[in-house]
Amino acid sequence: MSEGDGTPIAARVAGRPHPLVELTRARLVEFVREPEAVFWVFVFPVLLALALGIAFRSKPAERLRAAVERGAPAQARILAILRASPDLTVVELSPAEAAQALRTGKVDVVVEGTAPAAGSKGDLLSVTYRYDTSRAEGRAARLAVDDALQRALGRPDLLAVREERVAQPGNRYIDFLIPGLVGLNLMGSGMWGLGFAVVQARVRKLLKRFAATPMRRSHYLLSFMLSRLVGLVLEVVVVVGFGWLLFGVAVRGSLVDLAVVSLVGALTFAGLGLLVAARPRTIEGVSGWMNLVQLPMWLFSGTFFSYERFPAAVQPAIRALPLTALNDALRAVINEGSPLSASFPAVLVMVLWGVGSFAVALRLFRWQ
Amino acid sequence: MTVRCTDLVKHYEDVVAVAGIDLAVFRGECFGLLGPNGAGKTTTVEILEGLTLPDGGSVEVLGCRWGTGRDHELRERLGVQLQETQLAEKLTVGETLRLFASFFARPRAVSEVIRMVGLEDKRHARVGKLSGGQKQRLALACALVSDPELLFLDEPTTGLDPQARLNVWEVVETFRARGGTVLLTTHYMEEAAQLCDRVAIMDHGTILSLDRPAALVASLGAEQIVEFRVRGDLAASALAGLPGVSRVTEKDGGFRLSVRRIGEAMPALLSELERRGLTIESLTTHQATLEDVFVHLTGRALRDE
Repeated sequence: MSEGDGTPIAARVAGRPHPLVELTRARLVEFVREPEAVFWVFVFPVLLALALGIAFRSKPAERLRAAVERGAPAQARILAILRASPDLTVVELSPAEAAQALRTGKVDVVVEGTAPAAGSKGDLLSVTYRYDTSRAEGRAARLAVDDALQRALGRPDLLAVREERVAQPGNRYIDFLIPGLVGLNLMGSGMWGLGFAVVQARVRKLLKRFAATPMRRSHYLLSFMLSRLVGLVLEVVVVVGFGWLLFGVAVRGSLVDLAVVSLVGALTFAGLGLLVAARPRTIEGVSGWMNLVQLPMWLFSGTFFSYERFPAAVQPAIRALPLTALNDALRAVINEGSPLSASFPAVLVMVLWGVGSFAVALRLFRWQ
Repeated sequence: MTVRCTDLVKHYEDVVAVAGIDLAVFRGECFGLLGPNGAGKTTTVEILEGLTLPDGGSVEVLGCRWGTGRDHELRERLGVQLQETQLAEKLTVGETLRLFASFFARPRAVSEVIRMVGLEDKRHARVGKLSGGQKQRLALACALVSDPELLFLDEPTTGLDPQARLNVWEVVETFRARGGTVLLTTHYMEEAAQLCDRVAIMDHGTILSLDRPAALVASLGAEQIVEFRVRGDLAASALAGLPGVSRVTEKDGGFRLSVRRIGEAMPALLSELERRGLTIESLTTHQATLEDVFVHLTGRALRDE
């Protein structure tokens, strides 16, 4: 099928609208007139950031919780020492209650005084600490309890220590979260936005109608990419602006770098969206594929927590996901203030996904 | 010659949609494909429009063949309205036409096509708010915006009320008056009779008959059709000899007479029934139409399915 246009551009009516411009414009007008779409793209991520930002806001350091077993030797003395510690909240529980509280995480450590072992040089007592070694709070509580008891019994501090407490903007959970939400939002609106629009046009035979005109097919697909460019500016500005105004999440790197990373990310997911929408004939069909493609990235790409927590063996696969690359690049610019060159591998991963999926989509695309 | 196809064949899996069709549409005429749903009309038109590849046969449209590197150029010269296309609901009439116009090298002005289809007061209305008839006129406008030489209309008035149908017919007639060629499909025989210079009657993927509407009706050898039912036994052969009656068919206990001279046939029929002591349960008579031609050719009514 020929894409050759018999008429030179100059011979066309002067000022006549270009099909690519008109397709993009129509796409944007349709989007703006769809209230649900506007909600999901702009309001939803802001609400999500708000909820998570409040849930994980920087609180004064939480006190660790210790339980002392009632009826054990030297119970009163242990209680008195631990209650004097500023880091600990202490409760007195029966052995059964203490075991229950430990199991359900209501206390972090259980302290049981025991009679001094025969021949030990301690004048006072010996203790047993019971805690879950896999919980950071358990380990911290054990150290705090031990520290308080040992000091009270006369252990000297040999090292002069000066503490600097760090809870500055840039190291909080919300600082980690905002770039992730930008990435997640670019993925969601790119894929759902394009996927639904394309499949709906196919279901309604509009694609077939367009195919009956001299419209260039690549123009149609490119108009979706272009419309994403306009959408992405708003999406990124809304989420980043919100994080900055409400939580003081600053963009430490250059705004130009942020724009470049966002642009590459948006185009990547526009390409993926077109690819997923290239064949399905029903909205249900395309929804299933969209979920299938996005779910691994929701889980593994480090939007809500760092993907470093997954085993080292799967790290290369996780890093190859386009959302991981986008999140990493966004965090490098927003949180670390790194130059764009530092994110080159991530940008390359995105470009490969984007170009590859657009090329395959163009080939597979079903017009009727 | 504007459209010519020979021995067109198209299968869908094991269903034969088009079973060897020959057509020729002349410049400036309105050509109709008349047939029930599933007759293969849409498949035929979509092959001619270059949207569907035929399994066999050859197609020539405006002197070009599809797939020979000139598709783009050919599409510039066509106006196409598809069955069941739903245009974007959120766009307005004006925006929709502006979009379609941008696809063509030399489009008509948007305001001009809006005037042609009589949607001036709906220019800023969203497509989703239009009535069925208005949507159909907009679809027609999208087909006309290319300033086409040849207009393909697939079931242009299906589902429309009589007034909306008349509006669409007017637009088509105006297009023809300017010298345009039209190929349309319909399962309304009134539409075929009203708009078309020539009609091909289609059923099961083949053309059963092709001629001017008046000639098709005349081929029945009848001006009037008389249909009646009686209580009691009556054989069709008993009516064959009545004066003015050219054909008798019996279907489901009812009789259908093709009548050349109604003035002679009616008194003869009535006295024959009286002589046999039969009581008439119902009796209607109407002028022969394309519908009767279809019934005659297939034994079924156009709108049976």
